[in-house]
Amino acid sequence: MTAHAPAAVPGARLKKLVRRNERGNNTRNNTHDGAQRLSPLWTFVAWLATLAFFAPVAWMVLTSFHQEADAATNPPSLFASPTFDQYRLLFSRDITPFLLNSAMAGIISTLLVLALAVPTAYALSIKPVEKWTDVMFFFLSTKFLPAIAALLPVYLIVKDAGMLDNVWTLVILYTAMNLPIAVWMMRSFLAEVPKEILEAAEVDGAGLPTVLLRIVAPVAMPGLAATSLICFIFSWNEFMFAVNLTATNASTAPVFLVGFITSEGLFLARLCAAATLVSLPVLIAGFAAQDKLVRGLSLGAVK
Amino acid sequence: MTTLTHPPRTASPPARPRKAAGGGKWRRRIPLLPALVFTIVVTQLPFVATLVISTLEWNILKPGNRHFVGLDNFAFVFTDERLRTAVLNTIVLTASVVLISVVLGLGLALLLDRRFVGRGLARTLLIAPFLVMPVAAALLWKHAIYNPDYGLLNGTLNAVYRFFGADNGPTVDWISSYPMPAVVVSLVWQWTPFMMLILLAGLQAQPGDVLEAARVDGASAMATFRHITLPHLRQYIELGVLLGTIYVVQTFDAVYTITQGGPGSRTTNLPYEIYLTMFRKFEYGQAAAAGVVVVLGSIVIATFALRTIASLFREEVSR
Repeated sequence: MTAHAPAAVPGARLKKLVRRNERGNNTRNNTHDGAQRLSPLWTFVAWLATLAFFAPVAWMVLTSFHQEADAATNPPSLFASPTFDQYRLLFSRDITPFLLNSAMAGIISTLLVLALAVPTAYALSIKPVEKWTDVMFFFLSTKFLPAIAALLPVYLIVKDAGMLDNVWTLVILYTAMNLPIAVWMMRSFLAEVPKEILEAAEVDGAGLPTVLLRIVAPVAMPGLAATSLICFIFSWNEFMFAVNLTATNASTAPVFLVGFITSEGLFLARLCAAATLVSLPVLIAGFAAQDKLVRGLSLGAVK
Repeated sequence: MTTLTHPPRTASPPARPRKAAGGGKWRRRIPLLPALVFTIVVTQLPFVATLVISTLEWNILKPGNRHFVGLDNFAFVFTDERLRTAVLNTIVLTASVVLISVVLGLGLALLLDRRFVGRGLARTLLIAPFLVMPVAAALLWKHAIYNPDYGLLNGTLNAVYRFFGADNGPTVDWISSYPMPAVVVSLVWQWTPFMMLILLAGLQAQPGDVLEAARVDGASAMATFRHITLPHLRQYIELGVLLGTIYVVQTFDAVYTITQGGPGSRTTNLPYEIYLTMFRKFEYGQAAAAGVVVVLGSIVIATFALRTIASLFREEVSR
């Protein structure tokens, strides 16, 4: 492995780097622009499949703009007159505190994750510690432990500490949940900082702040953005801890969703409005981070 | 973990580029200590607690009766009918969701790897199911799609029947009649985009010159796929399967929302069963023992997953 192999002289390294970049570009050109076109028939199939997968989402959004009476017809009425009533109702029925709790748990835990993960990633890529791959895989292995097995002790500890129904409990748990993902993602981004430039800067006597600001930050910024989006998405969607560790004060958006179903009468349109509303931040974040999504989901293993 | 042979430490100094001596070593380690300590405290200590609790007879409905019972809870876990059902359901649920989403995801990835009108838009729309909040997706499927009276499925059936002159379509109660498939379909819908993204990334990382050569040599599309694309995709498929398995094994939202594990215990998977043991039966000792078993099972899957990730990772690092 390169990590342990003796380093070559800088000149050879630079050549390798240039070669790698060239190879990267070539591959890209050959596969992407040279990609064959789909025949009309297969284009039709592709779009049919796409629309089939998207249909439930479209149905959710469409129904959220209907009156309850129109939402519950059979066969479904596609073209009932649109209304914002359901959204208005949601806010009058106090969805706001739930959204605020979700936002708080999501944003604060993401900031904490970054504060912990960025220095870690630095110590795993730019100035790697000995056996840094072992450290990487330790972080990763914690991600593979099923959360349900931790629920009981976490519940007991949190109860003893008087921290049930407290947003900060969720903040801590979500930080732990996302930290391995962030470490892996940030390492894979920081590894792209060209070593040659770092070495040159060191030779020139640049201090750590200069190196971080001038060389590391520009390369790491898109990675930082993508990492925060992924961490935010996972926190925002988390349900198991939220539903079992909160009651009234600290409940998050998914808990609100399962909670308001119990009401009698027609609720389909309102449910769709709530589902659309709580999914919207993640849909926006996900679309924005589309090209980085796979890297985050595969923990940086796939680019 | 990696198979590489570490160079003997005493022999290494001349070859090492870093001048890190005793003090420098620790300076390098400082940045990763906070995260390491935090992770150990928050993720490892609870499992130690789980291990301890799993050896106790502890039901909070019987206060004052907490005592050490050794491996009794494990004996219970391995013989309990409900838990055996839960294990079986977990395997069926996970295997069907992962396999179906990989196959569908591969199909979609192959289509999206080619150019066609609106490819970018199609890709964006296809990601959407994965981005819908899991609880919202489960509720959407339960109420807006499967509902026998006004759900989209029966509604569409009705519309089709009426279109062909019949009176009304059949009124199927999808969730009661097909509880497991109902849960599986909703999860496949959410996980297919995930598989598609990973496999599409794999397809686009294919060396273009090899494909070009195959085309020039007149290899058929099928032969190219079987002999070049599929072997290349293998590790991406493995990665998708393993990551998918790890996430889907933990499914709680969908079971909790769509079927509550029912009817009976036909869709109760392990996470939901553990949840019931904990918060409905209050058998903490049994819940902890089941948790330990789940962890052991996960370690088996994780070993394979880690190996796959390590091989992809080694490739990346050595580039």
